Amino acid sequence: MVTEIPPAPSLPKGGEAPLKLEIRDLSIGYGGRTVLGGVNLGIHEHEIFGIIGPANAGKTSFLKSINRMDMFDPDMRVEGDILFNGRDVRQWRNVYALRSRIGVVFPLPVGLPMSIYDNVALSPRLKGVREKAELDVIVERCLTRAALWDEVKDRLHSLGSLLSGGQQQRLTIARALSQEPELLMLDEFSIAVDPVTTMRIEDVLKELKQEMTIILVTNLVQQARRLADRTAFFLEGACVEIADTEDLFTGRTRDSRTRDYVEGRFG
Amino acid sequence: MAGASGIGGRGDHHFDRRNLDWYIDRAVQALVFLGGISAIVFIIGIFVFITKEGMGFLLETVDFQEFFTSPYWYPSDEDAPEYGILALIAGTASVTGLAMVVAIPFSLGAAIFIAEFADGRLREWLKILVELLAAIPSVVWGFVGLTIMNPLIIDLFDVPVGLNVLNAGIILGLMAAPIMTSIAEDALKAVPDRYREAAEALGATRWQVIFRTVLPAAKNGLLGAVLLGVGRGFGETMAVLMATGHAVNLPTSVFDSVRALTATIAAELGETAVGSDHYQALFTIGIFLFLITFLINLTADLIVRGIRKS
Repeated sequence: MVTEIPPAPSLPKGGEAPLKLEIRDLSIGYGGRTVLGGVNLGIHEHEIFGIIGPANAGKTSFLKSINRMDMFDPDMRVEGDILFNGRDVRQWRNVYALRSRIGVVFPLPVGLPMSIYDNVALSPRLKGVREKAELDVIVERCLTRAALWDEVKDRLHSLGSLLSGGQQQRLTIARALSQEPELLMLDEFSIAVDPVTTMRIEDVLKELKQEMTIILVTNLVQQARRLADRTAFFLEGACVEIADTEDLFTGRTRDSRTRDYVEGRFG
Repeated sequence: MAGASGIGGRGDHHFDRRNLDWYIDRAVQALVFLGGISAIVFIIGIFVFITKEGMGFLLETVDFQEFFTSPYWYPSDEDAPEYGILALIAGTASVTGLAMVVAIPFSLGAAIFIAEFADGRLREWLKILVELLAAIPSVVWGFVGLTIMNPLIIDLFDVPVGLNVLNAGIILGLMAAPIMTSIAEDALKAVPDRYREAAEALGATRWQVIFRTVLPAAKNGLLGAVLLGVGRGFGETMAVLMATGHAVNLPTSVFDSVRALTATIAAELGETAVGSDHYQALFTIGIFLFLITFLINLTADLIVRGIRKS
């Protein structure tokens, strides 16, 4: 499926699992302004791939290009190869089918204006699941895995948008899980979540890794350290370095800017 | 330096004068207050006036039951004039009902297209166009009903008269559609983009995003738009007068001519003697219309306000 791994700033050790996502010479711009350029990286199946970096490093644009959310922004320009399961995402004839295989969790929780149950059942329903019993099972399973079931099981039919911020974010994660995604992309999910809930979600992510590939964009350097197998450092529209997370946090970096950022000297 | 002598001290006397700015401020405040209060005063004034003119009739001459349930409106019969507005209510209701059947799909479709699909220039042009359509005088619409729709309906459906419920309903529907589009579009635009993005990220198609997320989220605003359209339908006079055929009649099909409450007042008030039973009966219709449109608009307003808050 995948023929060759392009020269990345840092090659992963081993190359044990097949590549879920492969990025070659990716460049993203808005109008004439380039916000991200020259990105080459490969993400393995069942890997948590961390992306750290200060604001305006191009992290969110990177995620948007993967599930083709760039389609809704006429200014956004994406060049290079984005291979999902070895096939470029722009070659998908049915972009909705592509998106349904990629779960996204946004920085701010989005409880859709419908009941908790309907929030989680939305994706299965879009795929044509009609049986109430089947939906019940999916809803319970996804809410349980998102560590929210116990708190909401008695009020599944109240509005999802009335939950607290942390609960809504777990609802968003449950909704993403209901897609049974192959790839889960989390964009700074803990911005509006309290530390205790953050830790609970992090535990969930460690387990989910068994079943899916996870891209974790985070502004919390330590969160990447806790979760990510490998971590990429984005800075000012470039991917400065990709390394095993352990190396990154023990001073074995190739670029001094990475060490400065990881150690909190800037950003 | 001025503060050196302390707040309220002798040194501040020099500054503490009512200058021109102070008087202008007061005058403008008073003017704005008058302007604001006048709207309320006028509405109450109008209500008091029409109530005063019509109440005597309602209380003394005719009982409520006959007024609202009799389909016979023969106010100028010299021996035994009859004042029943059931046929007029049926006329207004049937025309408004048909108008909504026409206007709801048009306005909802237009609003969805403008808010969700059109962008940039196209969107701006469409919005301007919709607002222009809303500004067409109703007598022009009545003219269209009389000269275009009338022969068209006679030809198409092979009926003797083209001035009927169908004609007026279509005309009124087209009249109400622009304002309904405008309000429905506002309601759709008020749905935050993050809802759309979240649904899109789940793999929902454009239509699924709109149908399952945007429309439910905007349902209050859309309902408000429809109610304002209904209010418009009840209150519209000129176009309805011209397109319904103006015949007192309980309609049994859309090809029957009818007469609307509003059109009756417009056509007959000028020919009645002030203070006569007929005159007062027309004012009673006015009270009824006033109450109905007031209720509809109030409900619509409350619903639309409801979404703004949440």
